[in-house]
Order: sequence, then C-alpha cells, then structure tokens
Amino acid sequence: MTSALPTVHGMTLKKKLAVVGAGMVAHRLVEALVERGADETWDIEVFGDETRPPYDRVALTSFFSDRDPEDLLLGDGSLWKRPGVRLYRNSVVSRIDRDAKQLHARNTTFQYDKLVLATGSYAMVPPVDGSDLPGCFVYRTVDDVAELRQWVLDREAVLGRKVRGAVVGGGLLGLEAAGALTALGADTTVVEFAEWLMPLQVDRAGGGALRRIIEQMGVSVRTSTATSRLKAGRDGKVARMQFADGERIPADVVVFATGVRPRDELARSSGLEVGERGGVLADPGCLTSDESIYAIGEVAHIAGRVWGLVGPGYTMAEVVADRLLGGTAAFEGADLSTKLKLLGVDVASFGDAFAATNGSLEVVYADPTAGVYKKLVMSDDARTLLGGMLVGDASAYTNLRPMVGRALGSDPTGWLLPEGMEPPGAGAALPDDASVCSCNNVTAGQIRCAVTERGCTDMAGVKACTRAGTSCGSCVSLVKKLVDVQLAEAGIEVSTALCEHFPYTRAQLFDIVRVSEISTFSELLAQHGSGHGCDICRPVAASILSTLRHSHVLDGENATLQDTNDHVMANMQKDGTYSVVPRIAGGEVTPEGLIVIGQVASDFGLYTKITGGQRIDMFGARIEQLPAIWKRLVDAGFESGHAYGKSLRTVKSCVGQSWCRYGVQDSTTLAIDLELRYRGLRSPHKIKLGVSGCARECAEARSKDVGIIATDKGWNMYVGGNGGFTPRHAQLFAEDLTTEELVRAIDRFLMYYVRTADRLQRTAPWIESIEGGTDAVRQVVLEDSLGIGADLDAAMAAHVEHYQDEWAATLADDTKLARFASFVNAPDTADPDLAYVEERGQRRPADEAERAVLIAGASIPVRTEEVTV
Amino acid sequence: MTTHETWTRVCALDALVPDRGAAALVDGHQVALFRLSDSGEVHAVDHLDPFSRANVMARGLVGSRQGTPTVASPMHKQSFDLVTGRCLDDPDVSLHVWPTRVADGWVEVRNGSA
Ligand code: SRM
Ligand SMILES: Cc1cc2nc3c(=O)[nH]c(=O)nc-3n(C[C@H](O)[C@H](O)[C@H](O)COP(=O)(O)OP(=O)(O)OC[C@H]3O[C@@H](n4cnc5c(N)ncnc54)[C@H](O)[C@@H]3O)c2cc1C
Ligand code: SF4
Ligand code: FES
Repeated sequence: MTSALPTVHGMTLKKKLAVVGAGMVAHRLVEALVERGADETWDIEVFGDETRPPYDRVALTSFFSDRDPEDLLLGDGSLWKRPGVRLYRNSVVSRIDRDAKQLHARNTTFQYDKLVLATGSYAMVPPVDGSDLPGCFVYRTVDDVAELRQWVLDREAVLGRKVRGAVVGGGLLGLEAAGALTALGADTTVVEFAEWLMPLQVDRAGGGALRRIIEQMGVSVRTSTATSRLKAGRDGKVARMQFADGERIPADVVVFATGVRPRDELARSSGLEVGERGGVLADPGCLTSDESIYAIGEVAHIAGRVWGLVGPGYTMAEVVADRLLGGTAAFEGADLSTKLKLLGVDVASFGDAFAATNGSLEVVYADPTAGVYKKLVMSDDARTLLGGMLVGDASAYTNLRPMVGRALGSDPTGWLLPEGMEPPGAGAALPDDASVCSCNNVTAGQIRCAVTERGCTDMAGVKACTRAGTSCGSCVSLVKKLVDVQLAEAGIEVSTALCEHFPYTRAQLFDIVRVSEISTFSELLAQHGSGHGCDICRPVAASILSTLRHSHVLDGENATLQDTNDHVMANMQKDGTYSVVPRIAGGEVTPEGLIVIGQVASDFGLYTKITGGQRIDMFGARIEQLPAIWKRLVDAGFESGHAYGKSLRTVKSCVGQSWCRYGVQDSTTLAIDLELRYRGLRSPHKIKLGVSGCARECAEARSKDVGIIATDKGWNMYVGGNGGFTPRHAQLFAEDLTTEELVRAIDRFLMYYVRTADRLQRTAPWIESIEGGTDAVRQVVLEDSLGIGADLDAAMAAHVEHYQDEWAATLADDTKLARFASFVNAPDTADPDLAYVEERGQRRPADEAERAVLIAGASIPVRTEEVTV
Repeated sequence: MTTHETWTRVCALDALVPDRGAAALVDGHQVALFRLSDSGEVHAVDHLDPFSRANVMARGLVGSRQGTPTVASPMHKQSFDLVTGRCLDDPDVSLHVWPTRVADGWVEVRNGSA
C-alpha cells in the first residue's frame, strides 16, 4: 500500500478545545462541531460535574413517569466514543488559569487553545431559615429528582399516611415540581410570592384561570405569600412551613423552585467580566472578555440578558461551532415563546404576550367553566399578530407562534375559538422565514428544503435532517403538515401499497373485508388484487379473515395463506424442526402441569427451556411428531400458546397481592383473565401484555404493548411498550380504572389497533403514526370520539365467543392432520439429515463442523434421529 | 424422450393441497412439490434450502412475482422461481428443478439429474 497515513506529527497539530459543563448546550456544541468535521482539526474535551452524560433537562419531569434516566440521554452515545472527542464525567472544573491556558479538574491540569463555558444555571434557594433541613430539595438535575422521589416514597412508608408537600415558587418550574409531587401521591401546596401563578408568562386573568384548573386537580395554591421559615419535627426532618403572616402548614417535603442563577463562579474567580445580575458577559459571537474563552447557554449574558431556555442556548452553540471554524455567525437574541404542559394543563405564551407595544390591542377569549383563557395581542390596526398567551388549551400555539409579526386576516378571533378553525396561515401558506421549531431554530423554509433538496421523504427523515421537533415536541404537528404538503407538491408519492398484488394498506384491506361479504383469499384477490399473492399479502389476508370471520387457520383455503409457522402451528427452528409452546396463562402452572410437560419433552427427546415470556418451550420436534406431542398436551389440559402467530403472546404477571407483601391488587388473576380473553386474537404484529401488582413493577408491564400496574384504587393502564430492536416504554393511558373499565379500554385499544395498524407494526409505532398520538387514541378508546366504541366492543365480544383451541380442533380433524406428514409418500419417515449433539444434558442441532465429522463417520457422541413414535 | 421407467410415481394429485407444498422422497432425494391453483401445474424443486441447509422448501409460501410462480424459503424468505429454480434475490443460487407430470390422477417426478 502506498497511500499516506496521517503522521503523528500531523496529529499533534490538532488544537485543543475544552468545554466546561456537560449539559444540553454543551452537547449541541459538540454535535455541531462533529457534524461540520471540526473534530479533524480540534481535540474536544468536555468536563461535566454530573454523573451522567448530557441529558434532556427539559424533559426532567418525565423521570417520574419513565423512571429510567437512560431514556433522557441526548443522542445515542456514539458522539462520546468518537476519536478526538472525550467526555469526563464526575469532573468539576475548579479553576481556569487564563495566562497558562490551563484548567484544573480531576486533580490535574488540562491545556486548551480555546475554552467554552457552558456551565448553565443552578437552582436558587432563598435565604429562608431551615431551607437546608433534610427534606428540602431543588429541581434541576436527575439526581435532584431521584432523591426527591425516594424521599417521598420513604416518608410515606415511615409516616404511614399521605405525604404533604410544599413547593415554593409558582412559576413554570414550581408547577412542574408540583406535578411531580402530586404524581408521587403527595398532597401538594404551591406557594407563590407574586399575586398570581406564572407571573412571567401570563397576566392576572391567565394566572387566575390557571389557578382554577390546578385547584380542581387537588393542588392547593397560595399566592401573595412569603415563606419565612421551615421547622423540623422531632426526627430532625422538615415538618412545618411558616409564612410571613404567621400562618403555618405541615410539610414533609419542600421543593424550592424560586428561579435559577447563572453558574458563573468559575468565570468570576478567573477574572472574566460578568453582568450586573450575573451571567458571563459575551459579545454576539459569544466571545467573553478573554478572546480564548466563549460562553454559551444559560450561563451566558449576551444581547443584554441571560437566556433561560434551551432554544437560545442551542443557537449560541451553533454560533460558536461556526466561529471555531472561522465563520462569523452571531447571536442576536431569540424567541422566548414557550409552550408547557404542567400538571396536564397547557400554558403557552409567545411574542409580546404582555402587550408592551404602544397602542397594541388585546383580543381575549375566556371560558371559565372549561378552564380556558386565551389572549391575542394585535397591532393598533388589529391586523398584525404581536403575541399572545394561552391557558387551558394551547392547541393554537403551534400555528400562531410562527405568525407573530404577520397579518392574521380579517377576523383574528377565529384563531381563538375552541377547536380553533384551521388557521389560514398553517402549513402551505406559512412564509419560508417563519420560525416553526423554536427549540432548534428551524424555519418553514428549511423544512421544505429538507424535502425538496435533501431528499427526505418522511417525518423521521426531516427530523433527523433539520432537528425540528426533537426537543419539546410542541411543533411536531406543524412540521408534519409542512412535510406532507411539500411531499405532495413535489409529486413524491410514498407508496402505501401492501405489495405488488394489492394497491391498499393493511388498514384499507381490513375495511374492504369488513364491509364486504368476502371470506376467502381468492375472492379478495379476484375483486381487489392481482397476480397470485405472495408471502406478504397471504398472511395479512389470513390475519384479517381470522379476525373478521373467525375460521380455523387450516380451514379450506385459509391453510394456503398461513405463514410457515401458523400452517403447522409451531415455530420453525434452524434445522427445520419445530418448537412447541403450550399456553401457560399468566405464567401460572401447576406442579402436575409441569410434570406433563417434562414427561412429554423427555419422551420425545425435546430440548426444554424457560422462555422470556414466562413459559416453557420444547425444541426439536419434527413436523410428523407435532400431532402426537400435542395430543398428549391437549389431553392434559394444555392448549396452543400461539408462539407462532402474529397474535397475543403472553400476559406476564407478578405474584401480586395473593403472596407478595407489597401487592395491592390481584395481578395474577387479572393476567390470567386477560390472557384467556385475548388468546388467539390475530393482529398486525405480536401483542404482549403485563400486569404488575404494585408500582415496583416486577412484571415489567411498561415494556409491553399494554401494561397494567395496580394502584390503591384500581389499575393504571399503559400502552405502546415493547422490547426488541427499538425498545419503548409504554405511556400512561388511563388511571385508577376498575377491572371492568380496564377490560373495556383494552378491548377497544386492541381492536382499534387490529383494524388500523400496518402489517408488522407494533403498538408503539402505530400510535406514533396516528395524528395526535396517544391523546388521539385515548379519545377514541375512552371518549369514543369516532363513535365506533360499540362496534369495537362487539368485535371483541365476537372474538371471545368464537375462540377455539387451534390444536384441539386440528387433532379432531383427519384432513388437517394429513398436513403433518414428513413426506407425502413416506408420512412417518424422519428427515434423515437431522443430526444432534449433547450439551449440558440436552441435545441441540449439530453445527457444520460437527456435521462434517458425523458425515465422515467419526465416533463423536452424535446421533442421527431414529424414527420414533 | 425418456421412457416410462425414469418417472417415479409419488402420490395422488388429490394428496397435494393447491398452493401449499409437500415434501417427497424420490430415489433418495428430498423433493418439494407444489400444486398451483391458477395454472393447475405441479412443480418440483429441491426440498433443501440452499441458504439455511435445512430440508424445508416444501413448507414455504407460494406466490407470484411479476407473473412468475414463486416459492419463498420459510427460513429467511428468499424467493425462488418455481419454473427455473432460480433464486430471485440472489442470482448465484438456484434450486434443482425436477420435471413432473400427472398421469391417471397420479403425480410423477422424473428422477436422475439429467
Ligand atoms: C423463545 C423466546 C426466547 C427465549 O428462549 O426465551 C423467543 C424466541 C423467538 N422470538 Fe422473541 N422470544 C421470546 C421472548 C421475547 C421477548 C421477551 C418478552 O416477551 O418478554 C421479546 C422482547 C419483548 C417484545 O416483544 O417487545 C422478544 C422479541 C422478539 C422480536 C422483536 C420484536 C420487536 O417488536 O422488535 C422478534 C422479531 C419479530 O417478532 O419480528 C422475536 C422473534 C422471535 C422468534 C419467533 C424468531 C423466529 O421467527 O424464529 C423466536 C422463535 C421462538 C420459537 O419458539 O421458536 N422476538 N422475544 C421467547 C418466547 C417467549 C414466549 O414464551 O412466547
Ligand atoms: C425541570 C425543568 C424544565 C425545563 N423546561 C424547559 C422547557 O420546557 N423549555 C426550555 O426551553 N427550557 C426548559 N428548561 C431550561 C433548560 O433545561 C435549560 O435552558 C438548558 O438545560 C440550559 O442548557 P445549558 O447547557 O446552558 O445548562 P445545563 O443543561 O444546566 O448544563 C450545565 C452543566 O454544566 C455543569 N457544570 C456547571 N459548572 C461546572 C463546573 N465547574 N465543572 C463541571 N461541570 C459544571 C452542570 O452540572 C450541568 O450539568 C427547563 C429546565 C428544568 C430544570
Ligand atoms: S410488582 Fe409489586 S406486587 Fe408484584 S411481585 Fe413485584 S413487588 Fe410484589
Ligand atoms: S419547538 Fe420545541 S421541538 Fe420544535
């Protein structure tokens, strides 16, 4: 090879960039640098004092529902594994020596050519007596919220009653914290010094509306109230909160959410200039008073202020990335619009929300009974939108925010009505320079360009290419609209056809069969398709016909449609033999049942293994042995476990209330009942359920398509979880349902899925594909917004009524049994090529090397299968 | 033309379910037979799946691609042309094809590798 390798000398020419702070903005900076190939000229070292790699602080509160901090991590982690990029966790930078261009961390010094301060903010705790007592928290990091959660759970157990929580601060962080406490089961009081809640985002009337909604949720609110001290109980832990007016309330946990301050101590101690009220002073290029040091994110004071949102921080990160590569990008200020969902209440404010512009007019729509307050701020001629605030229903936010500074048309009030009529500016008409995603600073033009010039053909592509919609998510519906319009205009038709034989989606085919009399594949093909079918459309048709016509998998023409596994009702293994999985509903099995399985496996020489689905799999059954094996199992009361079907697999259970000392409901009985209810239900992909007897979640219900977790009052239902290649945690769907309500909700959810999902689409991607996502599905399932509830109920009732065990029915029918011949002219002859070796006391298929030896006739302990049964 | 002796009688035509395969032993070879519902023809190819080396082709799904009758391997779904035996997903791979005929309601396969 003659190609020149990079020389060691060449590598030493790389400059060193140090990034102090490993938060959201630091992450974006490194990402932006790597994207532009800057890691070829820069060695990048990032120092963070937290234990985790950068995570999504904006979504911190989801920790309470998802519980897995890993889910919050930004990016897929590969960024930190690149050569030339290094992340030091647990590493406080204690000092910067600007003359020597060195920083101090990890008890050593690091050299830098350029340094970026991205140290963010800290949560401010007001000087209140007792604010350092055990039980007082702030709300900034994953560790903060993890400790808070543990505290509440521990106190509840020790006190043996509901925990009383108090949140100091009624701004956005305070309400997030109140939401978290409430979710943990605490009685919560929010204490706000100002006259109304969220004084920075909404006006008095908006604050009033917000208060009413929040109080209805059982959260107490005290405004115009100053906290004067906290007192401990006998155990030394916080117990009471006292106000300036002398009044006091009990409090077992206190969260301070009284604002944040820039973490500029490092900058101060190294002599950098800081703003009067904190923040490292920097110019529009993000350069501080030291020309080797930049400041970005919440710690930076640029364009007259510090910026407490992630969007402006990301812009600063892009500016510095550009500057480091010789560019001239500048930060000129940013949009401070926000949309939040606090305690389930939408609050949004954008543009000149407080009508500070001279002569501006306000248009207000308020519906106190519905808990809605909406205000638009218009220019003096009532034509141009200047800003607005939305409380209770912020659905108009996504469409309105990009319209700031633009004419709204003749009647702006139309934008405020409930279910706000599709505003004229949305989608197609939005000008190219209108900002659509404020978190990531993406304009309508950039989204259009992603489709027309960068070849994106779907939402996922546009998200990856522009980052629009990847932070707070509030812009997703608008982005999607733009993408759809652009795709249509570009004449890009994304084919939704199932395969070359049917120009329909699976959902459309389902509807065709549902409203017709068609009951065979040949009729379907003749009337709506072409050709001879294939391994894609045949199984889909089999699944649909099974759901709608309830016939046996091997009845008549059905048999020709079944995928290999369904055709013999077993799973094909690598050597062409099959596995046998009897149903063990909820994982519960009697000792006698276990003995039968053991005896059958032993008699037929089958390898046995406990599966990940709480049941037992027997491997190595030859096709002609399947009926004899199943006869034994069926006679002993077992039935098909449908391990082969795109259908219900298992309902995983925990032992629950009947044995477990923590269980609050009978999770095992519910799991068994559900498994028996949905067994045999054919679906677009496999379906798994799980039921846990308490929040400890031993049944891993949240990794299932439908997960159920017991509560004191009933059952919480989660949907859209799965393991596999793209693991998803199921999302909360409904709370505290009775068993009856739960079963109905699951019935409808599953039937709606069976009807409308795509082939091989699990519930999570299905939910994502529905406009409106989980909320939209919830409306269909719980509020019957499409008016199909009764229809779905009836369909599930018919499924339950027509269920029959496929194996029992097969054993009773000689024509079906004829399908299990090994050879049509030698029905009981075993495949002579099968070969096995023994391992850990059981057999497994011989691998290639072992087979070679076997064929050469050597005498290793290998045996070919002899004909049995 | 070949003589009668080289044809092996395998099974009654009725024993083959239309659009589903069946394995047969023909002179020591494992053969996969397919009776198609539209053309009424019977095709015979290797039962051995060249990709997985397991004897499973008869358990694959039949279908068509651009009008060509096909069978998909049940193991990893590669499609094969039932007429030529050619793999449609990998031109380097093919199944051996056995000539077949139906005589007096019996399916016969011509053995030997000619
Ligand atoms: C036997 C078992 C592994 C074991 O030894 O424990 C198993 C074995 C197979 N799994 Fe699995 N899976 C088994 C539990 C799981 C689990 C764990 C669970 O259910 O808690 C998962 C992750 C959870 C999930 O599904 O969300 C799992 C995720 C998959 C996936 C990925 C699905 C996805 O959405 O990405 C596949 C591929 C597929 O279905 O397309 C798969 C496919 C398969 C197939 C069917 C592959 C195949 O076509 O041959 C395997 C053959 C089963 C057989 O009996 O021959 N298996 N598989 C488990 C049987 C459970 C049961 O009793 O029915
Ligand atoms: C609960 C919550 C909800 C929020 N919701 C929203 C929202 O909806 N929309 C929105 O726009 N913004 C929201 N924010 C604000 C947003 O999270 C911040 O604007 C953003 O995280 C700022 O990024 P940053 O990188 O500047 O700072 P950070 O993400 O705070 O990162 C700074 C990092 O530097 C570390 N660090 C500090 N000093 C040192 C040192 N000397 N040595 C080593 N490491 C150091 C810190 O520990 C921290 O990990 C929310 C914040 C919280 C807490
Ligand atoms: S989830 Fe709860 S009830 Fe079930 S076994 Fe675990 S701790 Fe016990
Ligand atoms: S506006 Fe937050 S992700 Fe787009």
